[in-house]
Amino acid sequence: MAFLELKNVSKSFGGLPVLKDINLHIEKGEFVAIVGFSGSGKTTLISLMAGLLRPDSGVVKLNDLEITEPGPDRGVVFQNYSLLPWLTVSENIFLAVDRVNPNWSAQKKKTHVGKFIALVNLTAARDKRPGELSGGMKQRVSVARALAMEPQILLLDEPLSALDALTRATLQDEISTIWRQNQKTVVLITNDPDEGIYLADRIIPLTAGPGATLGPSFKVGIPRPRDRKAINHDGRFKELRRDITDFLLNSKAQRHTTLTKKLVLPDIEPEDLSRPRAVLAGRPGPKRRSEIKKEMVEVE
Amino acid sequence: MRKFKLDWLILPLLGFMAAVVVWHILSQTVSKDLPSPGKTWQESKDYILKPFEKRGEMDQGILRFTWYSLLLVAKGYALALVVGTPIGFMLGLSKPFAKAFDPIIQILRPVSPLAWLPLGLVLFLSAGKSASDLGALFTIAVCAMWPTVLNTAVGVRAIPQDYLNVAKVLKLSRSKTLFKVLIPATLPYMFTGFRLSLGIAWLVIVAAEMLTGRPGVGGFLWQEYNALNYSHIILCILTIGLVGFALDRLMSVVEGSFKTA
Repeated sequence: MAFLELKNVSKSFGGLPVLKDINLHIEKGEFVAIVGFSGSGKTTLISLMAGLLRPDSGVVKLNDLEITEPGPDRGVVFQNYSLLPWLTVSENIFLAVDRVNPNWSAQKKKTHVGKFIALVNLTAARDKRPGELSGGMKQRVSVARALAMEPQILLLDEPLSALDALTRATLQDEISTIWRQNQKTVVLITNDPDEGIYLADRIIPLTAGPGATLGPSFKVGIPRPRDRKAINHDGRFKELRRDITDFLLNSKAQRHTTLTKKLVLPDIEPEDLSRPRAVLAGRPGPKRRSEIKKEMVEVE
Repeated sequence: MRKFKLDWLILPLLGFMAAVVVWHILSQTVSKDLPSPGKTWQESKDYILKPFEKRGEMDQGILRFTWYSLLLVAKGYALALVVGTPIGFMLGLSKPFAKAFDPIIQILRPVSPLAWLPLGLVLFLSAGKSASDLGALFTIAVCAMWPTVLNTAVGVRAIPQDYLNVAKVLKLSRSKTLFKVLIPATLPYMFTGFRLSLGIAWLVIVAAEMLTGRPGVGGFLWQEYNALNYSHIILCILTIGLVGFALDRLMSVVEGSFKTA
C-alpha cells in the first residue's frame, strides 16, 4: 500500500485547468522528485499534498487517510522560506516544536530546537532574525523547522531555486545527508532535473500546463552516497537527464495546437505623401476605408 | 541647495522670525485688537514662568492646564485604542463583518467632534456632575478611533500569504495565530493608526473643553476670549501646537522601534 497516494486528482483555478488526472504513489522512506516547467502547477501540486488546497476531484491520501486540511504531520518547506521576520531563528523553530509537542518540558523543547539548528549548521546564528540571514541560511532554518516537527513526510517546494548555484550545491549535499540519516519520505518539487537526479530515488516529470499531468516515473539507479563530481560522468546520469529533458520538451511541443482564424485586414488607406503639407492644418491624416464615401475612377 | 554649518538651526529660526514679524505688522496695521508679540509675552509670562501655579479654577499655570488636558486625552485615547483595534482586526479578518459594518463606519467617520459632543453629554446626562467629563471622553474616543480601526484593518488584509501559510501548516490554535502571526505582522500598520489617532485626540480635546468649559488648555482659551484677554489665546494656540508636535514625535519614535524587517 502506498504511503502517499494521489488518485485522479484535478484542480483548476477560475475555469482554467491547472492539474489534470494526477496519479501518484509514494512508498514510505522514498525520496521522489517532481520536475516540471515553472508555471506548470508544481506549487499547486504540493499545496494539495500539504492540504492548503483541496482538489476539485479525486483524493489525496496519506497513510490511507484523506488529506482535508494542513497539519503538522506534513513538514512543508516553501520556496520563499516563509519565516516569521519578528522571531529569531530558534523562536521560529520553537513555534513549530511547541505546536507539535505541547506537553514537553521547556528544557526538552529547547534541546530539541538546538538539535535541529545544529543539524543545519546554524548554531552560531540561532539568535538572529531572518532579516539578518542570507537566502541559503533562511532556507536552512525553514528545513530545520520542517524537520523539527518530526513529520511523517517532508514536502519541499522548490526549496533551492531562489539560491545561487554554489549555495544550492551545498544545501543539496546537506539535504542528501539529512535524508540518509533519518530516511524520511520526501517529495521534492524542482525545475532542475540535475537536482532531482542527484537527490531522489525516483523522478516524475510534470508535463507543461495548462492541464498538467504526471509523466512516467524514472528510477534513479545510481547508488548512494552519490558523488557530485563523479555523477557528471556517470552514464546512467547522462541517460536519465536526456530522457527527462526530452520528455518535458516533447510535452511542451505537443502543446502547440492549430487554430483557424479569420483574417481581417486593417481598415486603413495609405497616406498620400506626395501631397503638400498645409502650413497650419498639416497633411490630411490617413483615412479609414469605411469612411471613404466617394471614389474617383479614370475612364478612357 | 547649498548646505552650511548649523543650517538645521538657523533656517527654522529665520522661519520663526518671519512669522513673528508678520504677526507684529498685522497687529500694528490691519487688526489693532490683535496683541503684538511683545504684549503677548508681557501678559503671558506669568503663566509661562510659573507653569504649575494654581491661582483659581480658571487661572492656572499653562503646564498645569496642559496636564489636565493630557490626562483626559490619555483616557479617551486609551479607550479609542482598546475599542478600535479589535474592530479593525474583525474588519480585516472577516469579509461579512467588513461588508456589514464598513458603510456605517464610513458614514460616522467624517462627523466632526463638535457634533459628537452634545450627543456625548446627552448620553451621560444621568451621571450628573461628571457628565461633561464623560461626554468629552466619549467624543475623544469616537473621533480618535477611526484611523486605528481603518489602519488595523488594512494591515490585517496586507499580511503576506506566506505568514498565513505558516500558521496553517503548523495548524496553530486561534490565539497562537493571533498573537504569534497576525498581531506582529499588523503592528507597523497599527502604529501608524495609533499615531494618527493621537493627533486627532489632541485636536478634539480643545473643542471638547471649549464647549464643556472644564479646566484645560482649550477651556482656558475660550474663557480668556470671553474675558477679552486676547494675548492668552495666542499663548494657548502655541501651547496646543507645541504639545501636539511633541506627541507626534514621541509616537513616531515608538512607531520606528516597532518596525520589523
